[in-house]
Amino acid sequence: MKLELRGITKRFGALVANDDINLTVEAGEIHALLGENGAGKSTLMNVLYGLYRAEEGEILLDGVAQHFAGPGDAMAAGIGMVHQHFMLIPVFTVAENVMLGHEETTLGGRLDLAAARVRVKEISDRFGFHVDPDALVENLPVGVQQRVEIIKALSRDAKVLVFDEPTAVLTPQETDELMVIMRQLKDAGTSIVFITHKLREVREVADRITVIRLGKVVGEASPTADNEELATLMVGRAVDLTVDKAPATPGAPALVVSNLTVVDRTGQVLVNDVSFDVKVGEILAIAGVQGNGQTELTEALMGLQPRVLGEISLDGKSLRNRSVRQVLDAGVGFVPEDRTRDGLVGAFTIAENLMLDRSNKLPFVKRFNLQLSYLADFARSKVREFDVRSQGIETPVGRLSGGNQQKVVLARELSRDLRLFIAAQPTRGLDVGSIEFVHERIVATRDAGTPVIVISTELDEVAALADRIMVMYRGRIVGIVPGDTPRSVLGLMMAGANPQEGAAA
Amino acid sequence: MSTIAPVNQPTQPHDPDNGPATTVIKSWKAPIVLGVFTVLGFLLLVVFGRSGVSTMSLSTSSDLIQLPDVLLPTRETGIVVTVLLAAITGVSVWMVQSSRKVPIWLYSVFAFLLLLGFLAWASADERIPVPGLLFGSLSLAVPLIFGALGGVISERVGVVNVAIEGQLLAGAFTSAVVASVTQQPLLGLLAAMIAGVLVSFVLAAFSIKYFVDQVIVGVVLNVLVTGLTGFLFSQLLAPNKALLNQPPKFERINIPLLSEIPIVGPVFFRQTLIVYIMYIAVAAVYFGIFHTKWGLRLRAVGEHPQAADTVGINVTGTRFWNVSLAGAVAGLGGAYFTLGSVGAFGKEMTAGAGFIALAAVIFGRWDPIRATLAALLFGFASNLQNVLSIIGSPVPSEFMLMLPYLVTIFAVAGLVGTSRGPAASGKPYIKS
Repeated sequence: MKLELRGITKRFGALVANDDINLTVEAGEIHALLGENGAGKSTLMNVLYGLYRAEEGEILLDGVAQHFAGPGDAMAAGIGMVHQHFMLIPVFTVAENVMLGHEETTLGGRLDLAAARVRVKEISDRFGFHVDPDALVENLPVGVQQRVEIIKALSRDAKVLVFDEPTAVLTPQETDELMVIMRQLKDAGTSIVFITHKLREVREVADRITVIRLGKVVGEASPTADNEELATLMVGRAVDLTVDKAPATPGAPALVVSNLTVVDRTGQVLVNDVSFDVKVGEILAIAGVQGNGQTELTEALMGLQPRVLGEISLDGKSLRNRSVRQVLDAGVGFVPEDRTRDGLVGAFTIAENLMLDRSNKLPFVKRFNLQLSYLADFARSKVREFDVRSQGIETPVGRLSGGNQQKVVLARELSRDLRLFIAAQPTRGLDVGSIEFVHERIVATRDAGTPVIVISTELDEVAALADRIMVMYRGRIVGIVPGDTPRSVLGLMMAGANPQEGAAA
Repeated sequence: MSTIAPVNQPTQPHDPDNGPATTVIKSWKAPIVLGVFTVLGFLLLVVFGRSGVSTMSLSTSSDLIQLPDVLLPTRETGIVVTVLLAAITGVSVWMVQSSRKVPIWLYSVFAFLLLLGFLAWASADERIPVPGLLFGSLSLAVPLIFGALGGVISERVGVVNVAIEGQLLAGAFTSAVVASVTQQPLLGLLAAMIAGVLVSFVLAAFSIKYFVDQVIVGVVLNVLVTGLTGFLFSQLLAPNKALLNQPPKFERINIPLLSEIPIVGPVFFRQTLIVYIMYIAVAAVYFGIFHTKWGLRLRAVGEHPQAADTVGINVTGTRFWNVSLAGAVAGLGGAYFTLGSVGAFGKEMTAGAGFIALAAVIFGRWDPIRATLAALLFGFASNLQNVLSIIGSPVPSEFMLMLPYLVTIFAVAGLVGTSRGPAASGKPYIKS
C-alpha cells in the first residue's frame, strides 16, 4: 500500500512540531525517517496513527484521502504501529493483547481465546517469532514484547507498519534480528516507516531516507550516504562524532566494590556478586542492555537501595549502608538516569534546583534562612559556565529543553568537591549539541583527576568515553575490557557471552 | 524481621543460560502472628477457661431433616483447640525454617479452630444456633457484596470508588421512597439502581472529564449524600411516614428442594429476591470481567489506558459507563437495607458499610469472587457480635462491636500485604 503525507502541519500552542511535511512511502519499501530527538518524528507518526489531529495537510493511502478520528480508524485503513513504549497490557497474555480491540466471541459472549491463540501461532510461525500465545507479556524479554507488537499489527492486516525508535531497547543482536524481520515484512509487501536517530541502522536497512529537523523535511538521502553526510543533514551543521580525549593516566583505585549483591523485596537478585574498582583519572563505562542491574548498582552505590550485601569503599572509607546524605558528603556526584523524575524538581527554578543537595549548610543556608542573594550569584555564574539557555535563573526547569535540564543537573553535581562522579545515561534523549557538551564535561572531570563511572546503553557513547568497559548481563559482570574493544565483541558480551568467546568470534 | 540468604552463588559467573537468580527472603511474619494468636487462645480458652457444656444446634425447627445438636464440653474443647493451634504454629516455624511458604489452607484451618474454640468458650451452658448465625451473616453481607462488586467494576476500569457508601445510602433512600409511593418493591429496586447511577455520574464526570482527584470526589460525594438524605429524611420522610417511608418488603422465597438441604438450605435458599439477584450478579460480574469482550476491554482500560486507546478503545467512554454500572450495582445493595432487611429508611443507616465493602475489594484483590468471600467474612464478624450479645457472652459488648472493624483491619493490613491492583486505578487518562 502506498502512503502519502501531504503538507502535514501540527502545532502545540506556539510550538510548530510539524511544519508542512511531505512524505511518500511506496508499497514494499522501507522508508527511514531520520531526525534528532525532538525533531517531530513521533508527532508526525501520531498524526498518521490518528492519535493527534493535524491542523493542516492530508493523509492518502493508495491515492485515497483518509480521515482518522482515532487509532481505530487508522488501523481499519491498514496502518499498524510498533510504539517505542510498547502498548501492551503487562498482566494480559500474548493472545489477549493481540485480540484486544477486535475480539472474537463464541456463544454467550465468551471470548474466543482459542481463535486468538491460533492467530498468534500462525503469524508467529510465518515469521519464525517463537512467541507463546499464553505467556504473560510482563514475563517476556523486551525483544519478544516487540514481536508481540508486530503480531498485534499484522493480525489487523496492517499494510503500512510504523516502527517508532524500535531499537532503543534492544541488544545489538536483537537489533540485527529486527532488521531481518523488517526485510521479511518488506518482501511480503508491507510498507515500513522506520523512525530512528541511529545512522548505522538506517544505512543498513532503509531503501530511502527522509531527514527531518525542527519539524521540517530538510532533505532526502540514499542509504549509500556516509555517516558524516547524514549527521550534517540531521543536525544542520558539521558535527564531530568523536570525542577529543587524551589517553587516560589512571592512578590508584579510588572506588573499590567487592562482592556487591542487591536484592529486591521479593527476593529477586538484581545485582549478583559484583566486584570492580575505578581508578583516579579514568572513566569506567558500564555497558549493557537496560534492565540488567546497572540502575540498581548505581542506586546501591548512592545509598538508595535498602538490601545490599558486600562492600563498597571510596578512598578507603566504607560507603555501604550509608544514607544518601553521607554518600554525598563523602564527595560523590550523581547524574540519575531519569533527570525529570530523580534529578530535578520541575516546578522549582534553576536556582533552586542548583542548591537542592546542599540545603543544610553554609553558604546557602544560614541557621534557618536561605541565602537568596548568594544563591542568585551562584546560579548566575553556573548558568554562564554550563551554557544553560533560559530566560533567567528564575525559570522553572520543567520549561527547559532536555539538554538544558541535563546541564542544570551537571552544574549542580560538578560544582561540589568530588571524589567520585557517577553519570547514568547522561545523554539520553538529548540533541547532538548537548551530547557534545556533556561528553566534554565528563572528560574534563576525568582529566581533573576524578574517577568517573558512566552508565550507558548506547554503544556509541560507551565507545566514545570509556577508558575501560564493564559489561553487565542479568545482574552479573560479563567482563571488564579495554576501551577500544570492538563493537561486535561488546555486542556479544551484552547478550551474556564471555569475553574470551567474544574475542574469538 | 527478614534475613537475606543469597543462593545461586555465581560459580559460573558468565553463564547466560541461567535464569535470573532469586534469593529466598525468610519471613517470620506467619509464625509470629500464629504464635501470638496461640498464646491469646491459651489465655482465653485454658487460663480463663470456662466449664460447662456448649451446645451448637445445626437445624432450625422448620427443617425437614433434623440434625442432632452438637454438645461440646467447654473446657476440654478449649484445651484440645489450644494444643492444635500450638501444633500448627510449630508446623509453620518448621516450614519457614526450611524455606517453604506457609500454605493458605493452614491459615484457614488455624482460623477455623480458633473460631470454634472461641464459640465454645463464649457459649458455655448456652446454645448457639449455627444456621441462624450463618443466615444472619449472609444477610449482613448482602449490601457489602453488592458494594464490593460495584467497587471491583469501578477499580478494574481505573476509577477508585470511594463513593460506595454514598451509592448504598442513595439506593436505600430512593428505594424506600419509590417503593412506598408505588407499593411496588420491584420499582424500588429499579429506583435504587438509578440513584446509584446518578451518584456515579458525578464521580465519573469529575474524575474522568475534569481530572479531579478520585478519592477526594468520592469522599465529598459520601458527605453530600449523607447530608442530603439526612435532610430529606427529617423534613419529608419522618413527618409523612405512612406515605413515604413504609415500603413493602420483599417476601422470602423458599427454593424447592435446595432449601431443605441441612444447614445450607436455610442459609442460602430461604432468602428474598434481592439475595438471589446477588448470586446471579456475583457470577455475572466474574464471568463478564474474565471471559467476555466487555471485561477484557474494561481491564485493559484500567491497566494501561494508552494501550487500549491505540487499539481503538474509547477510554473515556469505557470508564464513564462502567463507573455508572458500578453505581447501579451498589445501588441494589442500598435497596437491600430498606426492602430486604429493615423495612424503612433510617438516617445514615448504611453506617460505614460502603467502606467495609471497599476493604472487601482490596482484601479480595479486585476479584469478584474473592471480594464476595471477604464481604461474607465481614458479615460473619458482624453477626457473631449480634448472636453473642443475645446469648449473653462474657465479652463486653463494646468490645464485640469492634469485631467487624478489627477483622477488616487485620484482613486488609495483615493478610493482603502488598497486592497489586489495576495499574492505572486512580490515575486520570489525559490525552495530549
